[in-house]
Amino acid sequence: MTANKKKLGLKDKYRYLTRDLDWEPSYQDKKDIFPHEDFEGIKITDWDKWEDPFRLTMDSYWKYQAEKEKKLYAILDAFAQNNGQQTISDARYVNALKLFLGGISPCEYQAFQGFARVGRQFSGAGARVACQMQAIDELRHVQTQVHAMSHYNKHFNGLHDFAHMHDRVWFLSVPKSFFDDARTAGPFEFLTAISFSFEYVLTNLLFVPFMSGAAYNGDMATVTFGFSAQSDEARHMTLGLEVIKFMLEQHEDNVPIIQGWIDKWFWRGNRLLSLVGMMMDYMLPNKVMSWAEAWEVYFEEAGGALFKDLERYGIRPPKYVEQCPIAKQHVSHQAWATFYQYSQATNFHTWMPSDEEMDWLSAKYPETFDQYYRERFTFWREQQEKGERFYNNTLPQLCQVCQIPTIFTEPDDATQLSHRSHVHEGERYHFCSDGCCDIFKNQPEKYVQAWLPVHQIYQGNCGGSDVESVVRDYYNINIGEDNFEYLGSPEHQRWLEWKGLNPAVAPLPKAS
Amino acid sequence: MTVNSIGPYEFPPLDLEANFHGNRLLYVGWDRHLMFCSPFALAVSPAMGFSELCEQVLRAAMAAHPDTAKVDFSASVWLLNDEPWTPDFAASLDANGLRHKDMLRLQTPGLNGLGNSAS
Amino acid sequence: MSLVYLVLQDNDNARYLVDGITHDNPHAVVQHQPAMIRIEAEGRLEIRRDTMEERLGRAWDVQEMLLDVITIGGNVDEDDDAFVLEWKN
Repeated sequence: MTANKKKLGLKDKYRYLTRDLDWEPSYQDKKDIFPHEDFEGIKITDWDKWEDPFRLTMDSYWKYQAEKEKKLYAILDAFAQNNGQQTISDARYVNALKLFLGGISPCEYQAFQGFARVGRQFSGAGARVACQMQAIDELRHVQTQVHAMSHYNKHFNGLHDFAHMHDRVWFLSVPKSFFDDARTAGPFEFLTAISFSFEYVLTNLLFVPFMSGAAYNGDMATVTFGFSAQSDEARHMTLGLEVIKFMLEQHEDNVPIIQGWIDKWFWRGNRLLSLVGMMMDYMLPNKVMSWAEAWEVYFEEAGGALFKDLERYGIRPPKYVEQCPIAKQHVSHQAWATFYQYSQATNFHTWMPSDEEMDWLSAKYPETFDQYYRERFTFWREQQEKGERFYNNTLPQLCQVCQIPTIFTEPDDATQLSHRSHVHEGERYHFCSDGCCDIFKNQPEKYVQAWLPVHQIYQGNCGGSDVESVVRDYYNINIGEDNFEYLGSPEHQRWLEWKGLNPAVAPLPKAS
Repeated sequence: MTVNSIGPYEFPPLDLEANFHGNRLLYVGWDRHLMFCSPFALAVSPAMGFSELCEQVLRAAMAAHPDTAKVDFSASVWLLNDEPWTPDFAASLDANGLRHKDMLRLQTPGLNGLGNSAS
Repeated sequence: MSLVYLVLQDNDNARYLVDGITHDNPHAVVQHQPAMIRIEAEGRLEIRRDTMEERLGRAWDVQEMLLDVITIGGNVDEDDDAFVLEWKN
């Protein structure tokens, strides 16, 4: 233990290596150096009150991150060397990874860009260092995710052009527009959006139960990058909570501004997570817990404790949070039904749940699945058995804010679509909910510019005039390989061959 | 609240009617038939007749649903932007007063979706 | 009182961490899930350096927990001797 005594204590080390690296400018006005610090209306009186509870300094940061990387890459190598793709639970599972790679990994890159930018804008050294570390973390996440999934790209379809697809494909505009919205906000709103609302309140739902599910489905590579990324999130979450407390403690005028941002970003994150709900309930062949259960543990319980803690600052739980206990019983089914009917335009496959899976859904969603969804899914299965697999041949109406098709039902009536519209300067806009409609009304100038994929197709900005040519040429989705139904797909055939199950495979081994 | 910005913040809406090459956006939702996950987003000529919209466009869009064969558009209930509305089937969409990005809801009393589940 | 929680990767390091945490926090509840271990407790949870060093038989830096943690809930306070998670209401 003598070695420890020779070293600086954690608090001293943090002070010397972080705060003491800062200086007061002598020949430039501080406002000119940090020009974006004031325009959002947030008042900071004393940056020294900024706390980083982990007190992580750059030298320790490199040391621990290097160790994490070594562990991660050892596992990725082992996974590849042992043909890990053949020992996952079922090839259907990989479709969740396709969604992850196109929808989530590029957002890690957006987060990197966002933190790199806002870190430049704060005059407090503590905040700058925290943002710098987080920017590097986010870059690490996108790199490790791309690296981990590159192995799947060798054996499965639809993973070949994720960055291109992220910019163009209709459903990927949902996560893309979420981060575009955050990155185009001021630095304090960005931190509230990403560090607090997203990292603290919502990312657990993606990186904890879903990744545990990946492990349960034999995907050692994904669970490892997931948990490795999430180990950084523990720091990010702490930063998020400290950011909020810091801003609230600095000035009482900050409270209503921050409340508005929490309302907005909670709702946007909640909508975005519908995709994760579907990944958990429908895309994991071996189930760990339902989306509703995950929501209860990681939002209701954890978020409840958080907002109770913030009450003393005059912060209340986010607006429309009371709709969530109802919505958690529906959203995963509604999202899956949407992707099922638009599978001709996705880079992943969809399928109908088996009898066993339907029974699991009934048990997990006793108030909703049988009453509202079983009939629909059973009909689709029957159609498929008749050779008439259902695809929706029209384009869907999209919400102007979250960009998800308006698929959600009214909180008080699950037989009625939730739809709102609002006229702004002579133009009519459509929304999936009061939450999204309010976000528009607060900042209409921002959302009138929304690049809605359906409207862009109709304007002729996405290449061809029919859906097939848009999907093939503009999205770069390989028709007949990446898209459509899973059953009977080339990927399904290949999986059966791996497992020695394909009745179409010649009974005699092929000559080598 | 509005956008706090570091400079002037004015941008034209991206979906003005002028950008649709003579077409207008029209959304049509069919109540209690959630098998179609959201209202249809259609780009239609304002000169198209309302009966043509129903019989050519909508019937094809709805064809996969077993209730569709039983739909009588002229006996249906319509809402335009959530207000009760009566179409003139012989007139064009424009003459019916349908403007860019309007939303129609089709209600077909007695047809309640697959197994009465509103699907 | 609200629950604080800590989720660890289910690996070799975690065995010592869980052992140390349950020793110092008798009110903690440990749940095993695929590839992860979730530890939750009413109000407060701490990881102590001295307890960990005793178990491991070597010097242990509190920040080593960063390698194995997946997520946390609660206000964090960390110094040379302990990592503390707490809700103060």
